[in-house]
Amino acid sequence: MHSPQVKLESSANLQENMLLEVNGLKTYFQMEKGKVAKAVDNVSFSINKGETVALVGESGSGKSITSLSIMRLIPKPPGEIVEGSIFLEGKELLTLPEDEMANVRGNDIGMIFQEPMTSLDPVFTIGNQIVESLMRHQKIKKSEAYEKAIELLKIVGFSRAEVIINEYPHQLSGGMRQRVMIAIAMSNNPKLLIADEPTTALDVTVQAQILNLMMDMKKKYGSSILLITHDMGVVAEVADRVLVMYAGQIVEEALVKDLFLKTKHPYTKALLKTIPNIEVELHRLDSIPGTVPPAHLFPKGCRFAERCTYAMAKCHEEDPSLIENSPDHKVRCHLYEREGGM
Amino acid sequence: MAYIIRRIILFVVTMATVSLITFSVFQVMPGDPIRIMLGTEADETQVETLKKQLGLDQPLHIQYMDWVKGLVTGDLGDSIRFSRPVTELLADRLPVTISLALITLIIVVIVAIPLGIFVAKRQNKLSDVVFSSVTQLGMAVPSFWLGMLLILYLGMNFSFFTISGYVPWTQSVVGALGALLLPALTIAIPQIAVKFRYVRNAILEQLRLDYVRTIRSKGITEKFVMYKHVLRNSMIPILTVFGLITAEVVAGTIIVEQVFSLPGIGQLLITSISYRDFPLVQGIVMYITFVVVFINFIVDILYSVLDPRIRLN
Repeated sequence: MHSPQVKLESSANLQENMLLEVNGLKTYFQMEKGKVAKAVDNVSFSINKGETVALVGESGSGKSITSLSIMRLIPKPPGEIVEGSIFLEGKELLTLPEDEMANVRGNDIGMIFQEPMTSLDPVFTIGNQIVESLMRHQKIKKSEAYEKAIELLKIVGFSRAEVIINEYPHQLSGGMRQRVMIAIAMSNNPKLLIADEPTTALDVTVQAQILNLMMDMKKKYGSSILLITHDMGVVAEVADRVLVMYAGQIVEEALVKDLFLKTKHPYTKALLKTIPNIEVELHRLDSIPGTVPPAHLFPKGCRFAERCTYAMAKCHEEDPSLIENSPDHKVRCHLYEREGGM
Repeated sequence: MAYIIRRIILFVVTMATVSLITFSVFQVMPGDPIRIMLGTEADETQVETLKKQLGLDQPLHIQYMDWVKGLVTGDLGDSIRFSRPVTELLADRLPVTISLALITLIIVVIVAIPLGIFVAKRQNKLSDVVFSSVTQLGMAVPSFWLGMLLILYLGMNFSFFTISGYVPWTQSVVGALGALLLPALTIAIPQIAVKFRYVRNAILEQLRLDYVRTIRSKGITEKFVMYKHVLRNSMIPILTVFGLITAEVVAGTIIVEQVFSLPGIGQLLITSISYRDFPLVQGIVMYITFVVVFINFIVDILYSVLDPRIRLN
């Protein structure tokens, strides 16, 4: 048994090591006829320095809205962060004036997106778009910025960086554009890189290259990564810790090893089943029956109950809370309530 | 380069097609210019002589070829009514119409674009209703009536404006502006009422696109997002619409020149049609076509400057 003092010390250590802390985040969208879509509903998590945290879940679970909330890039109207706090190294982001928040974007937090084909401005050169980011946050001359941009392009794997810098986005392939996006996101050595499904739109062979590149960048600059994905294979490969999101809530949080080996939540179990396994011969790929309910029609009780094979009467009545099953493993499910705190 | 060559070919083909249509229209149009010139009392020999003189006794395809040959060499023939070369008549009237069209275009551009941006930034239900009513109104107002209102309320009250007639630039710049500003406004106001919405829509369209989110994620401030990226990208669809304005403005000058008694091409066109002065009408139509097609050609070239994706194809 640990003494309380030791515990206190370790949490102080944790504080020091903590880069991002999201507390009780609620991002709602106003819909027609006064309906409210609770896209992100009371989400809390943290990311440590140098850590790669994966945020997984199906489409519509609120992963992207969570990441855009951290950047404060939720289109308002209709969206709005209605509650919560987001601390980046102790600095509260949600109350920052817009101009100070703009200083954080691209400088402390870099972001890459799912759609490399449309994420770059089509009428400006690659060089212009990298230089724009560099000159926004660093006091350097244009010529210096161009040299830096060439250097960045070389780091992300362009051997002909001097040529690429003068090319336009439409002249590059999807994988190349995503490399450019990474170069832009990393241009000011951000503390946190948010990658919103960075490989979903790419060929399988290119996916691995982009993931490896992100991991190399993380090592080189010591950044933390928040990786949003629905690909459990990717999670197993690169994540340290995993957050599983369903219908706007975090339903399970665990170290990557525990998530795969000591899976708790029925939803996580179902997600893991959807990974094709080459050693087990299957006639059909597994899938989770049904879809995520739309964010303005969340059912009473557990939001997953309708699709859950373990659902009990209680699940349709009472909202389960996030139980700390063990220090690093949290789960939102009535099945684990009695053994809570073990 | 291949892009520009293709545009040039298109330019020539359009001009050729229009020349054929213009020529044919006069063949099927009722009313004989010679009868109008000579009056109802003219005898047949007089008619025949004049016909020969004007080359109207030739077969149609030869008449057409002669006319096209003239077009290419810059000789548009002689006006039947004025007995002067069409090119000379055009040259007299051209400065008036060109000045009017240019001032109109400048007014439309410097009002419609900022207004479109302004409205796009404050997008909500109330402003949508207000501004779409403005558009409806602008489209519905006939330009001759708007012109008369402007004469009544501005022209009569401010001595700066000349409400009838024209003062050449060479004589007095202020005078020329005073004569042209009200007619230009008459054409520009309905144009602005419609076109600013295109600007607004183009900008809102761009604001929805993924790349805008990327730029914001780099920490770029809204001012730069709007004026460096969004406006630049919106210019591609906006340019299309403003290319079309040119044709509408030229058409607008025809009526407005009547209202303000401006001695421009439009006025000349209307009188020459009623006299069946076909060399003059054909010359004017070809000239207007040339201007419109030429502007579109310039617009196409500008596309390739604005949009790198077109540059390569």
